[in-house]
Amino acid sequence: MVAFTLPKNSRVGTGKTYRAPAGAKRVRRFRVYRWNPDDGANPVMDTFELDLDQCGPMVLDALIKIKDEVDASLTFRRSCREGVCGSCAMNVDGTNTLACVKHIDEIQGDVMVYPLPHLKVVKDLVGDMTAFFAQYASVQPWLQAESAAPQARERLQSPEDRAKLDGLWECILCACCSTSCPSYWWNGEKFLGPATLLQSYRWIVDSRDENTGERLDYLEDPHRLYRCHTIMNCTATCPKGLNPAKAISEIKKLIVERRS
Amino acid sequence: MALSILHRVTGVGLGLGLVLLAWWLAAAAYGPEAYDLVRGFTGSIPGRFVLLGFTFAMLYHLCNGLRHLAWDLGLGFGLRTAHASGWLALMAAIALTIVAWLAGYWARGL
Repeated sequence: MVAFTLPKNSRVGTGKTYRAPAGAKRVRRFRVYRWNPDDGANPVMDTFELDLDQCGPMVLDALIKIKDEVDASLTFRRSCREGVCGSCAMNVDGTNTLACVKHIDEIQGDVMVYPLPHLKVVKDLVGDMTAFFAQYASVQPWLQAESAAPQARERLQSPEDRAKLDGLWECILCACCSTSCPSYWWNGEKFLGPATLLQSYRWIVDSRDENTGERLDYLEDPHRLYRCHTIMNCTATCPKGLNPAKAISEIKKLIVERRS
Repeated sequence: MALSILHRVTGVGLGLGLVLLAWWLAAAAYGPEAYDLVRGFTGSIPGRFVLLGFTFAMLYHLCNGLRHLAWDLGLGFGLRTAHASGWLALMAAIALTIVAWLAGYWARGL
């Protein structure tokens, strides 16, 4: 449901400040959301001053430096550090993005780092993705075909049919788009959200998949699909430059076209 | 996102504005005294502001509605296109509101 203020136990307070080492020349302040489920306290924004001359160029480099050298209890997900795994999705400087591909230099003033919006926080910058992945599983994201596979080779696809998957297969399920969507914030338990819908469309347009009708049947629902009102936050925020809004529109078009 | 919210807000405003429209039409059917009451309100300074808001709400909802029609055809989803069409809808709505009011005052002879 719509809530315009945070519940009392979620209001964010001021946390600790960790000063930059003496002699640091290029100092930037990183203000990072902290919440620990074990101490019963409200979340706070800790301030970390870092010497950028001693730090890598990306926001993730700064977070790793903080964890290594300043406060080992800082908790966040990361893995590939090059924008292909989707683990370090978080809200940096007011926009959902991957910390590993976000340049510190692009940000004016203090670097504000929050977990992805509207997810339950597990700890610090780690959001609970359980519902998100359950929704992804619900669209059955694998190839489904009744016809027998050819002997001793792959199911073939023309270059034109393969090209239809470009802009879709690159999605890494980081959830930046879904957690930037107001419809998903407010109806996240029923609306599938841009990431899952883009993934579903990836199988709908796949020429090798023979379950298109059933896939569209599942999506043709006031909530699962039609809570999308073309707000376009998903496309604006996608760190991979994909266009979930366009994919959702293509699904809507296919549902209309199959009626006629 | 701001324009999407404005689309919905103007939509709600248009819904409420229909009450005003119904009041005006009902008063016209009811008789000169009732009609003068409506004219007294719409001619007053606060009444004119309400009408100005109603004009803008209708024209913005119309212009942005055209964007939605294009999107329903699968057109205009590029990030730069969507950004440009958003500004265009907003500016067109403001310009058309000014034109409509200038035309109104001109027709009234003021």
